[in-house]
Amino acid sequence: MAALARLLGARRDGPGRPLHWTDIASYAYLAFGVVLMFGPVLWLVFSSFKTQSALLEFPPSLMPMAQVEVTVPGQPNPLPLFRATLPDGSVKDLAQIRRVGLVVQMVDPAEPDKTYRVAIDKREPVRKVALATENYTEPLRQFAFLRFLSNSLFVTVVATAITLLINSMAAYGLAVYEFRGKAAATLAVIGTLMIPITIVLVPVYLVVTELGLVNSLWAVILPGAATPTGVFLLRQYMLTLPRDLIEAARMDKASEWQIYWRIVMPLTLPALAVLAIFSIMWRWNEFLWPLAVLTKTEVYTLQIGLAAFQGELQTQWHYLLAMTVVTLAPVALVFVFLQRFITTGIGSTGMK
Amino acid sequence: MAAVQRLIGAGRMPYVFLFPNFVFFGLFVFLPIGINVVFSVTGGPALFPSERPFVGAEQYAYLFDCGSYLDPSSCREDHFWRGVWNTAVFVLFQVGTMVLVSLVTALVLNRPIRGRGFFRAVYFFPVLLSPVVVALIWKWILQRDGLLNAAITSLGGQKILFFVDPSWAMFWAVFVSVWAHMGFYTLILLAGLQAIPSDLYEAAEMDRTPRWRILRRITLPLLWPNMIVVIVLSLIKGVQTFDEVFVLTGGGPGTATLMVVQYIYETAFANQVQNFGLAAAASVVLGLVLFALTLAQLAATRMKER
Repeated sequence: MAALARLLGARRDGPGRPLHWTDIASYAYLAFGVVLMFGPVLWLVFSSFKTQSALLEFPPSLMPMAQVEVTVPGQPNPLPLFRATLPDGSVKDLAQIRRVGLVVQMVDPAEPDKTYRVAIDKREPVRKVALATENYTEPLRQFAFLRFLSNSLFVTVVATAITLLINSMAAYGLAVYEFRGKAAATLAVIGTLMIPITIVLVPVYLVVTELGLVNSLWAVILPGAATPTGVFLLRQYMLTLPRDLIEAARMDKASEWQIYWRIVMPLTLPALAVLAIFSIMWRWNEFLWPLAVLTKTEVYTLQIGLAAFQGELQTQWHYLLAMTVVTLAPVALVFVFLQRFITTGIGSTGMK
Repeated sequence: MAAVQRLIGAGRMPYVFLFPNFVFFGLFVFLPIGINVVFSVTGGPALFPSERPFVGAEQYAYLFDCGSYLDPSSCREDHFWRGVWNTAVFVLFQVGTMVLVSLVTALVLNRPIRGRGFFRAVYFFPVLLSPVVVALIWKWILQRDGLLNAAITSLGGQKILFFVDPSWAMFWAVFVSVWAHMGFYTLILLAGLQAIPSDLYEAAEMDRTPRWRILRRITLPLLWPNMIVVIVLSLIKGVQTFDEVFVLTGGGPGTATLMVVQYIYETAFANQVQNFGLAAAASVVLGLVLFALTLAQLAATRMKER
């Protein structure tokens, strides 16, 4: 208790100051926030381990539970186990053979020849925590899930690599040189900041068609590769690098490309890391454009696969939930490790 | 690359550095903007511009052919106007809620509380999730036999079919969208709060100014530029909303949560008859709205910098 009081009572602006009611309200608000923000995700993860029948249960239980089944000698199939209250008041774990109206026929697994007749309201299912891992393994066999996953990985990795390369080149060009047309080029970059894919959906589709890229993953990768936000972010960072370094390299007869690749790029690593995180997030989560340009199942990304999946197989929540968890897992992992950089990166640049 | 430099000279190297990026910008941004306008004034089912007959402002006239703009059912293209009005309602409620919730959260997170980094991360986490995942999480919770209905029935209430009742569907569309993005706006406001010089507060405390007056006279006025950024950014993103709502409700029940972007997507790609011209005209209209909002944002950002 003392530790708890110290934890709550010690404040940065005056240790030992008594708690004001607003402090208590703040902590209550934050606790509620934790439940509201994390709760739904946890609920999804818990649910994804439930068997199909457990998912249909109402009211739902928090933990993935399944009824225990036992194999009884002389019975062809495993039987569900119940805790039954017998007419004499004793309680026994019995396996159910069949149900006839309001009465069930049960057998004692310990003594397979003894059968009982029990009213259905006199028995409770025996349940244990059981993880339905088949929710995760089955879609791999039955559906093109692995395909979607590798498509998404390919798009994310290749697109991020291209984005980092060409955006840093452009940023370097705009940050380091004075040249004719620089103002126009900068303006063009700012101008494109305003144009979301939504507006140019149809004509980009036309361009991609003319390039013969429909139903190819390149159709997803290429249109978003040059990002004005990326150029901007990197350019701002490169402007802070000392110019003497570049001058010194020129004295040493380094080519412009070598200066960019050997000197400026390594120094820009922090900004490149921020852009990489953003790009990975954008690409992994992208939905509308892939939805428009990918129509064949073989090239679906995870997001499209999931959306299509939930349309076609409304009832197969057990697979859908597991696939959703797989889709969010990488993002959650990245977040756990890079949380600090992501929040400061977004806080300082105001973009996501 | 050294050979390239020898060939064209060091003075022209910046163009080499800009070249790849501008090829992409040209192909996928500048060219499409031009084509979009061409599409919107041509008709027919063809995708290639030269095969499309010129129809002038016909697409626009068709979009705007309304008995009353306030009543979508009086319009020839009623889905477009449903989308427009749904988007307007959605944005209005979403921006209002977003500003309020992220302001309160930022104020709380700015207090000297324990575990601030952890709580900030908690609110921020959903920002990283994909819209599809966000929508599926909530769809699972809000379904007929879902967690929320279990809670309601355990409190003695009746199950609610959230996605059958139009007003509930819109409510959840707004709610889920705020849930997913509030962390981002909280972060912007938090950055603003932390930039307020602390001697202002010290002086106020010296004068024994009541807390609420400090909030009204110091915090809120100095936070105002960030508030405007939040308002305009959430407006722009709100107008573009598609993914979350589309997966959550499919635009339904009926057309109750059909957004204007979904209209464009469906007109161009998902309908039986793909009408590129009409979709392009609608996206030019949407583009003009977004352009106006972006100008407002630029003005707001400049105001913040001052």
